[in-house]
Amino acid sequence: MELPGKDLLDMESLSRDHISRILDTAETLREISERPIKKVPILRGKTIVLFFHEPSTRTKTSFDVAAKRLSADTHSLSQSTSSLTKGETLEDTAKTLEAMHPDAIVIRHSCSGAPHQIARLVKSSVINAGDGLHAHPTQALLDLLTVRRRKGRIEGINISIVGDIAHSRVARSDIAAFSKMGATVTICGPRTMIPAGITQLGCSVIHNADKAVEGADVVMMLRIQKERLKSALMASERDYAVHFGLNSRRMRLAADDAIIMHPGPLNRGVEIAPDVADGPNSVILEQVENGVAVRMAVLYMLLGGKPHAPEN
Amino acid sequence: MRLKIKGGHVVCPCNGIDRPMDLLVKDGLIAACGEDAAREESADRVIDAAGMHILPGLMDMHVHLREPGEEYKESIETGTLAAARGGFTDIACMPNTKLVNDNPSVTAYILEKARQAAHCRVHPVCAITPGLCGKGLCELGLMASAGAVAASDDGKSVADAGLMRRALEYAATFNLPVLCHCEDLSLCEGGVMHEGRVATAMGLAGIPSASEWLIVERDIALAHITGAKVHICHVSTRQSVEAIRHAKARGIPVTAETAPHYFTLTHRAVAGYNTFAKVNPPLREPADVDAIIEGLADGTLDVIATDHAPHSPTEKAVEFDLAAFGMVGLETAIPLALALAHKKILTLMQLAEKMTKNPRSILNIDSPGIRVGAPADITILDINRKVKVTPKAFASKSKNTPFGGMELTGAVAATIFGGRMVFDAL
Ligand SMILES: [Zn+2]
Repeated sequence: MELPGKDLLDMESLSRDHISRILDTAETLREISERPIKKVPILRGKTIVLFFHEPSTRTKTSFDVAAKRLSADTHSLSQSTSSLTKGETLEDTAKTLEAMHPDAIVIRHSCSGAPHQIARLVKSSVINAGDGLHAHPTQALLDLLTVRRRKGRIEGINISIVGDIAHSRVARSDIAAFSKMGATVTICGPRTMIPAGITQLGCSVIHNADKAVEGADVVMMLRIQKERLKSALMASERDYAVHFGLNSRRMRLAADDAIIMHPGPLNRGVEIAPDVADGPNSVILEQVENGVAVRMAVLYMLLGGKPHAPEN
Repeated sequence: MRLKIKGGHVVCPCNGIDRPMDLLVKDGLIAACGEDAAREESADRVIDAAGMHILPGLMDMHVHLREPGEEYKESIETGTLAAARGGFTDIACMPNTKLVNDNPSVTAYILEKARQAAHCRVHPVCAITPGLCGKGLCELGLMASAGAVAASDDGKSVADAGLMRRALEYAATFNLPVLCHCEDLSLCEGGVMHEGRVATAMGLAGIPSASEWLIVERDIALAHITGAKVHICHVSTRQSVEAIRHAKARGIPVTAETAPHYFTLTHRAVAGYNTFAKVNPPLREPADVDAIIEGLADGTLDVIATDHAPHSPTEKAVEFDLAAFGMVGLETAIPLALALAHKKILTLMQLAEKMTKNPRSILNIDSPGIRVGAPADITILDINRKVKVTPKAFASKSKNTPFGGMELTGAVAATIFGGRMVFDAL
């Protein structure tokens, strides 16, 4: 089963079946990372351009590692090393990218929709590595994989996402992904951080963090950015930490075997207390590991491989 | 040149004519109407206008011509040609050009360029504040003397309510109406589309409806305390329509316009990050579209204007967040407006009022309409002609329209300006 279209741009365009296949493929490919020689030749000769228009060492490294484990060649193009500057149209950008004859272009962009716009202008596959406030599909896929591995299922799971939903592409993609897979999604944050009409993506809203965490199987905390103080989305980090941060008391309200997730990087002491972040329920490092696996799966499925049957 | 227009149905709100009538045009004037025109045999050209509608030349009171300063987007030459193709014999141009129309020499430059182009009449709107900076007042008296017909900081609101009050009083001294672009910028920091479910799903920052109607309410209050005429530009929200309706009922001197895109499209038009649908104020929700249509039907909204805002690919073929606001409108206004007539929301007479008589009366421009002795400014409509919107064929330098490729019903068949055929698609 192939993915729909040449690109992976958001979770909305994937069906439940597609998502399951990606996760199954990731599960199979995950084992490669545990071998002494962590490389298979299935994407040998393929060229992947990593076009990161805003800095993100973590996601970029994850894609780079994933591509290399499959023997693809990667080239980095960042805003600073490329000639792509202000005043260029997206067609100019697309031409510059296509000139490298890539099989896939992995795009991180500060503007929502930029990967979609570029995808329409290029022949190669475009993988959205995070666009503005809009979507971060491979993050959602790795979150799904993490929950599925830990809980054995996604259907029927209660997941609570706490933080600045309005400014989070991770939240948007996770809400779409988990609700599509049959989980019950609750989002939580001060009213300033909950955007209009968010429930249409498939979630309910609670403004009290204790209530949101209560009985949850999965608690996902989002990074709180200091800049939000300037736009008056919160009064202080202290006020936020007390009312919305995850501490050990609040965590006890969750289900006994609840897991704690965070897309990183952490703001210890703000959205998450250090002892909770490092505690036994935390699966934050597993998320990183699973990130490489789902990105391998996505590259493999988009660039012509058959799922489930990687050569050894 | 003697031009005879035969068999057309005249719809003239200026003289209350709504019936078939022949016209004779001679020496730039309407020389004869009805039987007198029918008897005339010595015409140089006879237009068979059977099945067509004859209106006084249309007026668009909200156009951005981009000259002086951004001639790569539009010039007075191409913009007025686009106006002629759209059926307009008069347009008012906004002052927010690169070189702002905030002094009499720019006003004079625009008038001279328009006179040379000679595709239609151009009425400059001057700035309220120098450089549209929101501080201090332009020399409105001198600008009015130079030919400005109104004052506006269009593109933004005058944020300072006290200054806006003084501007209204001062402008009224020179009989200049003030055209209000209503937007509280503090409510739409970084916003690029209507705030709501579509913006949330697309991850785009929103512009709430309140950013518009808050200032509409403010400017109505200022009209109330000053008694000065206030005209609300490009109404896009239900609450603005309600506020204007209420103000009119109380006798406050307020008038208002909307644009075809606000009664035709909703915020869903931005799907796929279509920057051609990025416009300020933004396309709103179906309930807003319904309210605008209702406001047009009951007369709350006096005018249909285009807010013609040309942009080149440099401003539009970019990321949605970075794209400029605005769409061209002169060459699609009539087919879009005629949809309201086809749907029986407006009669052709009401439509003609909103596109000929009302904008002129708001700007204190004479509108003699179709009568003997009046200047021969005439728009001939073929309301059942099927048209496909073809941006490539636009006279405008810019092609930024979300209506490209759409099949619409109704077209401008010809535009006669001062007795000359400036557009002929008969
Ligand atoms: Zn405006």
